[in-house]
Amino acid sequence: MAKNTQQAASTVSIEGAAKGPGSANPKQGKELTGAQAIIASLEAEGANLVFGYPGGQAIKIYDALYDSDILTHVLARHEQGAVHEADGYARSTGDVGVAIVTSGPGATNTVTGIATAYMDSVPLVVITGQVPSTAIGTDSFQESDIVGITMPVVKHSYLVQDVDEIAPTFREAFHIAKTGRPGPVLIDVPSDIQSQVTVFDYPDSVNIPSYRPTYRGNAKQIRAAAEMISQARQPVLYVGGGTLISKAGPAVAALAHAANIPMVTTLMAKGAVPASDPLNFGLVGMHGSKYANRAINRSDLIIACGARFSDRVTGNVASFAPGAKLIHIDIDPAEIGKVREAQVPIVGDLRRVLENLVQLLEDGEVALPDTAAWVKQLDAWRERYPLYDKRLDESAEQIVPELAMKLLSEALDPADSIVATEVGQHQMWAAQFIDRELPRTFLTSGGLGTMGFGFPAAIGAAIGNPGKTVVCIAGDGSFQMNSQEMATAAINGAAVKVVILDNRALGMVRQWQKLFYKGRFSATELDICPDFVKLAEAYGWNAAQVSDPAQLAAAYRTMLDTPGPYLLDVIIPRDQSVFPMVPPGGRTGEPIGAIDTQEGARELQALEGGDR
Amino acid sequence: MNEMIHVLSALVENKPGVLSRVTGLISRRGFNIESLSVGPTEDPTKSRVTAIVRADDVAYEQITKQLHKLISVHKITDLTDERAIERELVLFKVNAPAERRSEIIEIANVFRANIVDVGRTSLTVEATGDEGKLKGMEDLFRAYGIKEIIRTGKIAMSRNSKEA
Ligand SMILES: Cc1ncc(C[n+]2csc(CCOP(=O)(O)OP(=O)(O)O)c2C)c(N)n1
Repeated sequence: MAKNTQQAASTVSIEGAAKGPGSANPKQGKELTGAQAIIASLEAEGANLVFGYPGGQAIKIYDALYDSDILTHVLARHEQGAVHEADGYARSTGDVGVAIVTSGPGATNTVTGIATAYMDSVPLVVITGQVPSTAIGTDSFQESDIVGITMPVVKHSYLVQDVDEIAPTFREAFHIAKTGRPGPVLIDVPSDIQSQVTVFDYPDSVNIPSYRPTYRGNAKQIRAAAEMISQARQPVLYVGGGTLISKAGPAVAALAHAANIPMVTTLMAKGAVPASDPLNFGLVGMHGSKYANRAINRSDLIIACGARFSDRVTGNVASFAPGAKLIHIDIDPAEIGKVREAQVPIVGDLRRVLENLVQLLEDGEVALPDTAAWVKQLDAWRERYPLYDKRLDESAEQIVPELAMKLLSEALDPADSIVATEVGQHQMWAAQFIDRELPRTFLTSGGLGTMGFGFPAAIGAAIGNPGKTVVCIAGDGSFQMNSQEMATAAINGAAVKVVILDNRALGMVRQWQKLFYKGRFSATELDICPDFVKLAEAYGWNAAQVSDPAQLAAAYRTMLDTPGPYLLDVIIPRDQSVFPMVPPGGRTGEPIGAIDTQEGARELQALEGGDR
Repeated sequence: MNEMIHVLSALVENKPGVLSRVTGLISRRGFNIESLSVGPTEDPTKSRVTAIVRADDVAYEQITKQLHKLISVHKITDLTDERAIERELVLFKVNAPAERRSEIIEIANVFRANIVDVGRTSLTVEATGDEGKLKGMEDLFRAYGIKEIIRTGKIAMSRNSKEA
């Protein structure tokens, strides 16, 4: 009997049951105000950490929060910071991230954070205070129609109109945020509802007939996929962020090894399969390696695993992987056929689908493909077109960013560290050179490309993963977008290590200007301002600057060995470009700037003037 | 690819904001809604949205899949290819000098339309029907001069309705 219940509970948990006590919470059946019911709902869901910023229309929620022994509140220094922190917490732990803010400007300040989470399918519940019901629609003080403003960037949203709806709304919101393709859910609560009284009745289940994600893949389609794989000679597993969400990394690797199929990963999938796996050929797309891009482009079969054919991966869609058939596995049916027609579409939970698929291959139901020559070819390309060749930089007197990232990667224990990035060149260098072995250890804004995401996300990850080393790789531009969060880190004991690849430039935009706009550097060169070391010290952080390549390894050691938050300002040349690069809309198989070891140089003949 | 007119019928929650979720999504993904009608169904907790959109087949499929993802949307039916029953209501205010009134009334009768208002120089005709019929009337009334046209937007229902 007990066993049965447990089994039932574990099936439900896949379907999005509360992580916490649910209806068995101690406040069940008690009379609570709306604000207290909000806090009780979060507790019933098992949340123990919320990020936020108070204000007039959230004051009652904050008053109720004052009594909670379960919830720890992290006071951000900007609502955008709060949402990215909740996001970093969610990405690194797999739990739902929670943020609480006030109405009007508090609510509008969350928009970038919500949109960032939406684009990368991150489960969040964002609670916004709202002006009293009777004042809605009158342009009252600090009123904003946040449900309307965020409609395009939420998975779902609620305007609570009745205090008795609070508990079921929260249950639904958490369920929706974390099931199917996860995403942010917003709950807007007018302040009069927060003070009305309700008998707290937290439900365990939800009933949303219009929302039933498909978890089990169609058996016939899975069989068709197995047969297609068996016929392939040059197959590639195209591994996307859905792999992390579905915990399907081991299943992807199992398929790769069962049938000897090389894997390439998107930016979002970094860590889904270990970097050390010889069949993992790493990053594809605009700044992916030449060998990974060639692999997908010359494949005869793409097995897309929770990946969405972003334009940052495909370049020009018309010339992308022209000879490939497509098996597309995703829990979101809208992704299948959106960019590229799939010969075998499979809607379902990636892990379950792949496990079934591997079973068919292992049972000998279909023959294994003969891919030996193909894998050998890829190995040869990997040998010939590496991402980095130190001979190119042997005489460098300044710190070379690629080398800086390689050194950092070597200094980190992949099993015990989390790396977050901002957005720009440094993000791409990090993606190319920071090796990750475990899922949820590389946090980056892939879909929206939000400068200002990485640092607060690192704080959220540090608070959510005590004991782990959390490093934020930032640009000098991006870091200034949310540098006020240094206070949040300092006060909450988040021992974040910020490595700024400081090129005194909005480097990525400057690179485009250099390559495609005749070197007209319009508004992309930053002055040496602020002094990052002094800025960090003002927040009580330790900090240092390093510009000598010979000192870099020691500087990393000091940073990692010093307790508490630490900022390392790494001075790199302004004029470095990220290579290889598939020019926007270009053919991914032939990026510019790849290293060709046979020639002993970068392939830059396509560029006017060349680069370094 | 060829764009064509699609009759999209969506069964949605009858709640505030749902219409703007639906129409916002369609327009956000780059499609123009040519006509739209909304009303409650036999189940008062649900509404029926009928939207006419112009899109090629691939794009249309994408819209319907995206709409399906809205938590407030229960069901999407494409009534384009079916022999669906389509109706629209139109009011025509037609120039009608005294000596030509009887002609206009005759046309209205042929189309089984009603005269709903009579002014000194105009008649207002109410007509329901499918697109072909209403277009036919409009063409005939043009000869007299149409002062104003108001239309409701199409509603549509499948002929062998097996819907829940
Ligand atoms: C909020 C936001 N504004 C603008 C951009 C456009 N953008 C993309 S990369 C980039 C430059 C980033 O500069 P920095 O953080 O210094 O990194 P670098 O490229 O120099 O490594 C800019 C401005 C963006 N992605 N996000």
